[in-house]
Amino acid sequence: METKNKLLEVKDLSIHYFTDEGVVRAVNNIDFELARGETMGLVGETGAGKTTTARGIMGLVPNPPGRVVSGEILFEGKDLLNASKLQMRLHRGKDFSMIFQDPMTSLNPILTVGDQIAEVIRLHEKLSHKDANRKAAEILEMVGIPAERMSEYPHQFSGGMKQRVVIAIALACSPKLIIADEPTTALDVTIQAQVLELMRDLQEKLGTAMLLITHDLGVVADTCNKVAIMYAGQIVEMGSLENVYDNTKHPYTKGLFGSLPSLSIKSKRLVPIDGLMPDPVDLPSGCPFHPRCPDCMESCKSRMPVKTEVSPGHYVRCLRCE
Amino acid sequence: MLRYIAKRIFLMIPVLLGISFVIFLLMYFTPGDPAQMILGDLATKEEVEALREEMGLNDSFFERYFRYMGDLLKGDLGTSYTTKLPVWDEISARLPVTAKVAFFVIVFAVLIGVPIGILSAVRQYTIIDSITRVMALLGITMPSFWFALLLVLLFSVKLGWLPASGLYGPAYYVLPIISISAASVAIITRTARSSMLEVIRQDYIDTARAKGQKERVVLFKHALLNALIPILTVVGIQFAGSLGGAVVNEQVFAIPGIGKLMVDAIKARNYPLVTGSVLVLSLLQSLVNLFIDLLYAFVDPRIRSQYSRSKKKTKALNGAVTAGAGTAAGKGE
Repeated sequence: METKNKLLEVKDLSIHYFTDEGVVRAVNNIDFELARGETMGLVGETGAGKTTTARGIMGLVPNPPGRVVSGEILFEGKDLLNASKLQMRLHRGKDFSMIFQDPMTSLNPILTVGDQIAEVIRLHEKLSHKDANRKAAEILEMVGIPAERMSEYPHQFSGGMKQRVVIAIALACSPKLIIADEPTTALDVTIQAQVLELMRDLQEKLGTAMLLITHDLGVVADTCNKVAIMYAGQIVEMGSLENVYDNTKHPYTKGLFGSLPSLSIKSKRLVPIDGLMPDPVDLPSGCPFHPRCPDCMESCKSRMPVKTEVSPGHYVRCLRCE
Repeated sequence: MLRYIAKRIFLMIPVLLGISFVIFLLMYFTPGDPAQMILGDLATKEEVEALREEMGLNDSFFERYFRYMGDLLKGDLGTSYTTKLPVWDEISARLPVTAKVAFFVIVFAVLIGVPIGILSAVRQYTIIDSITRVMALLGITMPSFWFALLLVLLFSVKLGWLPASGLYGPAYYVLPIISISAASVAIITRTARSSMLEVIRQDYIDTARAKGQKERVVLFKHALLNALIPILTVVGIQFAGSLGGAVVNEQVFAIPGIGKLMVDAIKARNYPLVTGSVLVLSLLQSLVNLFIDLLYAFVDPRIRSQYSRSKKKTKALNGAVTAGAGTAAGKGE
């Protein structure tokens, strides 16, 4: 990948929460990069550290108790972790924005939908009140909601419509990067498809890069160029869609695919991955996946695997691949 | 909206009827004889009996109640036993004093309580938060008359800075306002804190931050407005409470308000004056409650749409959404 094409580079990022119960190691030494216009899926179970990663990039890790303990987040070459509060504020909403998980709760219930879209426009573009409202109306139309509904409140919209409004807010200033945190999890399946298609269309139209957080491998296959699989705060496997889907290396990723129902093979039961996600306060020694790993070796229990490039652009963190 | 207000005012009638009945019943069973009180200890039995007959005290409970209610419908609250003046004149002379003090008390409590509550929520678990919580606990548990006496001891008796009683100028308001508002400040602080804590964890606060909004605007525009409903509720209760609850503190500071009027009336078994004062205070309380309910609608569009649901336009526009809106607004209340 050419350097100038790189939009976002995350290097050795670790984010921990310091709580009374101990240090929650939510994100541990993750690296990834994203080019302009590219879409990467970030897949993992609940608690794998996906949302914390997203919040880390946005500079919205709740502090206290959370803190970025190491690493760099380079956005167009500039380290966001060294940026001032003011610089971060100017970035947020303009250069990168975020779509939160639950559209039901991510809109302010007492402001009109139009106001909430116009707010982000007025923050980043020097427009009069009237022009900002006109632009908000255009964006609302773009996500498929009639502009007349600008003056309505969130409770007058359905879940799918609300998510469209949230998308409109995220896209209002044509950011270079959108972080979508499980944007369709809270929606009906039929609405999910619509919302995903809308996001894909707009992304293509505006040339926005996207970090799509999900636990749905199907959604990733539909939407993304790249995929990173997270487990216990680490990226265990990362690569192009073909690499990860057709040439799966990490036992956890294999487990994820194995637990999906298949149309072609008749089976009575789905195959789950045995065991539970480890407690991030007390991660196992060695490879964090070893207690659940079907291919566990003796050395896995004591040695932490390092990131290994098994084929160009395909990275795996597993001792069997080293 | 007007329909809603009319309905609420109409609903006050049964409430006031109930209150009048209960207060009348209480006064009926209170030991002591007003006629004896008026005539003094030296009066003969015959004199007392004659006065009782003249005042209608020998009639049955229901006769007296219905006579009172009949007069009330004509706008007559009766005549004070002691001063022989119309009850309404007595009350209307004293009410503004109490209302003025109550108003200052609530303004003071809001101006102090809300900002401290917000600060405490934003800095949760810091030393500021801990101090605030201890002070609030103290404010709630401390009896206000005791606090009033301590303040008088310090500022009037010992330091001589502020007057201890009466109400003749701005300086006279300081101690009453501080002592009466202590509990209100504490309750409003606690409510503001807990309400803000709940709101600042909501996703839409993060949405606002993700837009690049300034933290100050996030707190005051996005969070505070949403946290306002519970705060408004306690402000309403505290205001109504400081109207009626002035009874004790008006005694301590010798404030010539309706609270002192009532205590004196009870001591003299001045039935019409007690009943009249209670009714007027109840009416005021109901009006404050109505005002607060209207403020809810002003703040929260979900409640607003519930009030004006009779409007055909909204119904047609929302269609199926209305049902969901109803439950959302219900939760908001």
